[in-house]
Amino acid sequence: MTVRRATAEPRWVRLLLTGVALGFLFLFLVLPLIAVFWEAFAQGAQAYWEALKDSEARSAMLLTLTIAAVVLPFNIAFGVAAAWAIAKFEFRGKSLLTTLIDLPFAVSPVVAGLIFIILFGAQGFFGSWLAANDVKIIFALPGMVLATLFVTFPFVARELIPLMQAQGRDEEEAAISLGASGWQMFWRVTVPNIKWGLMYGVILANARAMGEFGAVSVVSGHIRGETNTLPLHVEILYNEYNQIGAFAAATVLAFLGLVTLVAKTVVEWRMRKETEMLTADLPPEKTEQPPVVATESS
Amino acid sequence: MSIEIRNICKRFGNFVALDNLSLDIPTGELVALLGPSGCGKTTLLRIIAGMETPDSGSVLFGGQEATHVHARDRQVGFVFQHYALFRHMSVFENVAFGLRVRPRKDRPSEAEIRERVMGLLKLVQLDWLAQRYPSQLSGGQRQRIALARALAVEPKVLLLDEPFGALDTKVRKELRRWLRRLHDEMHISSVFVTHDQEEALEVADRVVVMNRGHIEQIGSPDEVYSSPASPFVYQFLGNVNVFHSRLHGAWAEVEREGEAPAAGSIAFVRPHDIELDVAPLAGGMTAGVLHVHRIGPLVRVELEHDGETIEVELTRERAASLDLPVGKTVWIKPRQAKVFAAEAAPPAGKQPFLF
Repeated sequence: MTVRRATAEPRWVRLLLTGVALGFLFLFLVLPLIAVFWEAFAQGAQAYWEALKDSEARSAMLLTLTIAAVVLPFNIAFGVAAAWAIAKFEFRGKSLLTTLIDLPFAVSPVVAGLIFIILFGAQGFFGSWLAANDVKIIFALPGMVLATLFVTFPFVARELIPLMQAQGRDEEEAAISLGASGWQMFWRVTVPNIKWGLMYGVILANARAMGEFGAVSVVSGHIRGETNTLPLHVEILYNEYNQIGAFAAATVLAFLGLVTLVAKTVVEWRMRKETEMLTADLPPEKTEQPPVVATESS
Repeated sequence: MSIEIRNICKRFGNFVALDNLSLDIPTGELVALLGPSGCGKTTLLRIIAGMETPDSGSVLFGGQEATHVHARDRQVGFVFQHYALFRHMSVFENVAFGLRVRPRKDRPSEAEIRERVMGLLKLVQLDWLAQRYPSQLSGGQRQRIALARALAVEPKVLLLDEPFGALDTKVRKELRRWLRRLHDEMHISSVFVTHDQEEALEVADRVVVMNRGHIEQIGSPDEVYSSPASPFVYQFLGNVNVFHSRLHGAWAEVEREGEAPAAGSIAFVRPHDIELDVAPLAGGMTAGVLHVHRIGPLVRVELEHDGETIEVELTRERAASLDLPVGKTVWIKPRQAKVFAAEAAPPAGKQPFLF
């Protein structure tokens, strides 16, 4: 006889709930993913490969990777600095800063893009100065980097703030009282304590940076082979009824998504292992004799 | 190294943590800062360590001005209530940390570090745990490692913030005796913060009783217990019965009534300083037995007199010889009491009693 716990739901309820969840996942996640690959390979592997080898597709991929590579270091620096300030210090305007960090989540990406047009566009605040000095921001790489930065900067900070708050300041203070400089404290104590949280934030920020459409679309100008990122490239091809090209490029994005998912799972697993290690039940106290001070003094 | 604290003030917003506080800690002493939570004792310790800056006043180490010396240059060892061990480092690396972060020219060689760390781990009797991680240790072991880590940098002063506060009673008792012996071995000045009066009285050479940002009394454990300087110290160190009384010259008339007379004063009597008998006592007063608690070697009798509760402590033998059923009327008489004027005036000293 199986033991049934008093709190367990009847079998059919569990099956129904699991079924609904799995069905939903299949319908909205797995099926579209299959459809993307199906369409991409509709005319065979040869056509798929040709579509990916296309010079515009390759330049879009390169641009996407470049933007991510430029944005991520800024994200790390800003995220760590903001999380540090919020988690470890008391200062005026702290709650304002906490709210502002969430702003990019609240604002539509299109608006984010428009902000940069207003600032740096030809008719914008700095437009004439930029033109006079021959600096191109809008419809060029710097504008796309700025727009991507705007939409991705909350990720690292949001991941680190609760982690750093939970860890408190004790370990850092201990390091300082032992004679460590601020830099030594940061690299030897702070960074090892937050590394998995940081990694998690970076993975999420990276996924968003590579997949961002709205904000980048506004500032990019869609110059083929120059300011087209992979998501923009997909849209252009789709509008031109180039099914194979659009879906082939989409498979690359989907693949990047899957890689992110795997990386995220690995990091989550490591984080969980680390917290388990920190909160593990302590082994039973060894038969501990009352400690006796050794006679040799040091 | 001696520590001198001169007129330190510290506020946090509207909260006054330390109010013009001065204190001398001579070389080699083990001093306890004792007080209820929020009395400023931890803030004072952190100011000595350089982790907080005072709003005004100064700190002198060995006669040298140290108020604005950075925490890392003060050569103090600091032990935290919750250990603050580096969680991602092994026990060995935790203890070695202070040596490894030294500038290259002062840094000992790898062999010297090894020797020194293992020596300290032997000192705290945990050398067999060198390769473990902090999470794999018990609370008592963690705190001993934290102590070894603080000692590794050869501090002139050892500061401990509620070092045994997070440990269970048995381990706490062991560790505080051990700390006492360690202090005697190391020849350094130590200051530890505690809210546990028993801990302070047992371990320290001198006890500094603090309340609301200032010092109530400084003295040996025996002094602060047997001749408290203020009503606060009396009440904080151990159980106490409060009697309202009237001063008549050298006499204090003690009554137990709800409202204190205008020119009244307060008499404090320890529960073990009250004589209790079933037969009438000359000059005593009557009370009814409310509860009898047997607590280990002691019996605590709760009495009711004039609507208020009085606690009396007896030895087991004495209680057994008296036979005290609940509801019985008994006679009580304070053996000695301490009388303070109602305003925070200087203590009136020991007074004869008139009932």
